[in-house]
Amino acid sequence: MSDPKPNELIEKIDYNPSQKGWMDVPVEIRKGMYCYASNPKSVEYVGLPHARPWNPLEEDWKLPENWKEIVHKAFRERLDRFRSFKVFMDICVRCGACADKCHFFIGTGDPKNMPVSRAELLRSVYRNDFTTAGKILGKVAGARELTLDVLKEWWYYFFQCTECRRCSVFCPYGIDTAEITIMAREIFNLLGLNIDWIATPVANCYRTGNHLGIQPHAFKEMLEFFVDDIEEKTGVKVEPSFNRKGADILFVTPSGDVFADPGTYTAMGYLMLFHYLKEQGLNVTWSTYASEGGNFGFFTSHEMMKRLNSKMYAEAKRLGVKWILGGECGHMWRVIHQYMDTMNGPADFLEEPVSPITGTKFENAKSTKMVHIAEFMADLIYHGKLKIDKSRNDNLKVTYHDSCNPARGMGLFDEPRYVIKNVCNNFYEMPRNTIREQTFCCGSGSGLNAGEDMELRMCGGLPRANAVKYVHDKYGVNMLACVCAIDRAVLPVLMEYWVPGVDVTGLTEMVANALVMPGEMERTTNLRGEPLPGMEE
Amino acid sequence: MNFEELLAKNKTAVIDKWFGVVVDSYPADTARFIKSQKDPFANPVGATTLKGLAGLMDELLGEMNHDTINSFLDPIIRIRAVQGFTPSQATSFVFSLKKIIRDSVINKKPDDRQIITELSHFEQKIDLIGLIAFDIYMKCREKIFQLKANEEKNRTYKVFERAGLIKEIPGGGQES
Repeated sequence: MSDPKPNELIEKIDYNPSQKGWMDVPVEIRKGMYCYASNPKSVEYVGLPHARPWNPLEEDWKLPENWKEIVHKAFRERLDRFRSFKVFMDICVRCGACADKCHFFIGTGDPKNMPVSRAELLRSVYRNDFTTAGKILGKVAGARELTLDVLKEWWYYFFQCTECRRCSVFCPYGIDTAEITIMAREIFNLLGLNIDWIATPVANCYRTGNHLGIQPHAFKEMLEFFVDDIEEKTGVKVEPSFNRKGADILFVTPSGDVFADPGTYTAMGYLMLFHYLKEQGLNVTWSTYASEGGNFGFFTSHEMMKRLNSKMYAEAKRLGVKWILGGECGHMWRVIHQYMDTMNGPADFLEEPVSPITGTKFENAKSTKMVHIAEFMADLIYHGKLKIDKSRNDNLKVTYHDSCNPARGMGLFDEPRYVIKNVCNNFYEMPRNTIREQTFCCGSGSGLNAGEDMELRMCGGLPRANAVKYVHDKYGVNMLACVCAIDRAVLPVLMEYWVPGVDVTGLTEMVANALVMPGEMERTTNLRGEPLPGMEE
Repeated sequence: MNFEELLAKNKTAVIDKWFGVVVDSYPADTARFIKSQKDPFANPVGATTLKGLAGLMDELLGEMNHDTINSFLDPIIRIRAVQGFTPSQATSFVFSLKKIIRDSVINKKPDDRQIITELSHFEQKIDLIGLIAFDIYMKCREKIFQLKANEEKNRTYKVFERAGLIKEIPGGGQES
């Protein structure tokens, strides 16, 4: 055999991807793009079936023998139970309006991440199993049989969707692709195929009330540690109360605010705000049991979401409060706004929320009885109830990331902006097709904020980071504000890769830094211990 | 007309073809999108790539300033470093410029010895950019691994801290 010629070698190198149709391109599960499989102990703890160790990279996923039957039955049940799901399976005309709107498609360049294609993964099996045309015409009608490879493809791509719903904004039929992902993930859970970054927080939350598995005493200790920190920086000793019966308001926030930087500074902000308002009549308590606003049950199944959400109402009832105030969280608000009332409500034992300081009735929360901290603060500022020194935030050039769920899920667009503009002097919007209802996801929501899927997170966050880079380059923006604990955990990492020089803050942290507290000493640093403008040595 | 003048005259067409090579490294449906969507915020991959390639071409025809090359090349490689390309797939587009230039510029003057000599000098500049691309690719991958490691480290640290296993050393620092 003669040695190959350079030309022959070069011709063998082909950088062009396969040109085959999507059904004929098999899934390749790539490291960095998926999260580890669920810990069986966590699956067992909440009574979900088929708990076992398994590895997505291995050929054998150790599925139950009758897995196809389980999937078929689960699919059928969900088509019957959720009219929306049935409609979404039937109605799509594949117009492609959603195709290029997904941050995962834009970032990964993988066409199976076009929302229409991702849904088509499920729809093809739907046609095969549940429609006459699909049964007769097969592939011609876009139908295909459920095989192990198809199941793996489902798993890989439905965990490359953050349920952010940007695609649904552009769908002329209003198909909510997030709901399709929700159904797929419910089916995975019937086969023991959850990811651990969801399964373990769910088990923890069920056991101790929060995703991190923090026990009540540790939760209280952490907040008391913040009390010391606040006193050191402001000279004011705040006095939070816990599990206090007779309080008017129960405050619930994601545990990320209590245990993960930079969310911790936002948690300090809540403590300072509540202390400030105490004399004006705010009577609020924290709960060490309802110690989590987030709800990873939402990424598991409807039943699990309901189960984990119920503690908020249960705790509100036990403590006898009038209404609930909610902190800066993302999907907590989607659960509250769109599911809580019909799932665990109506909360007849609570009252329609009224601000004890301004008398404002939060009519939008008439039904859920839960008010967002951003609207609560915006109302306080509007009525001149907060003494603010904006110049303390003069070192910041701020832009605002609309967290998907509060923005698209409940229409919270203007209140956070109103608050930011009232506590700092330098605010710059990102381009209009990347904010408000068209906001780009952080790329790590819906339980995908693990460490092992870093490439996926960086790809998914690219469109958001690209818009931040624009305002960073153009206006010198150095702070990205947001109202979501997952955002606060993942955006610093995203910025470190794509836009170094931009830090991340919660809204309440900015408010607290600007808040002039009665009896405070001369403030020389912000809550992070960094010198305030003019106080640099 | 010398080689660089000839290339400068055909610059737009060459950049277009070069852009096409990068775009065609994506699946067909994606390539169509990257080529057609002109809004830089709806299509960061396309906009970043096109801007980067045009900037690199200016440097090839100009100063070859290392920092400027970096500023145009880094954003393209940074994207490709997380998109599942192998190192060679992520960086090969730099070298494909040679073939594009030979096909579209040199073919017009195949026998001009001076131009061929100048081309060989020019190709060394392309090689230099190719090597810088490797450096950037490695830097990005190292960053990704560092970010992954940090996530794990932070998680473990928090667990130890919560369990009371972290002792502060007076005067700063920690031990576990």
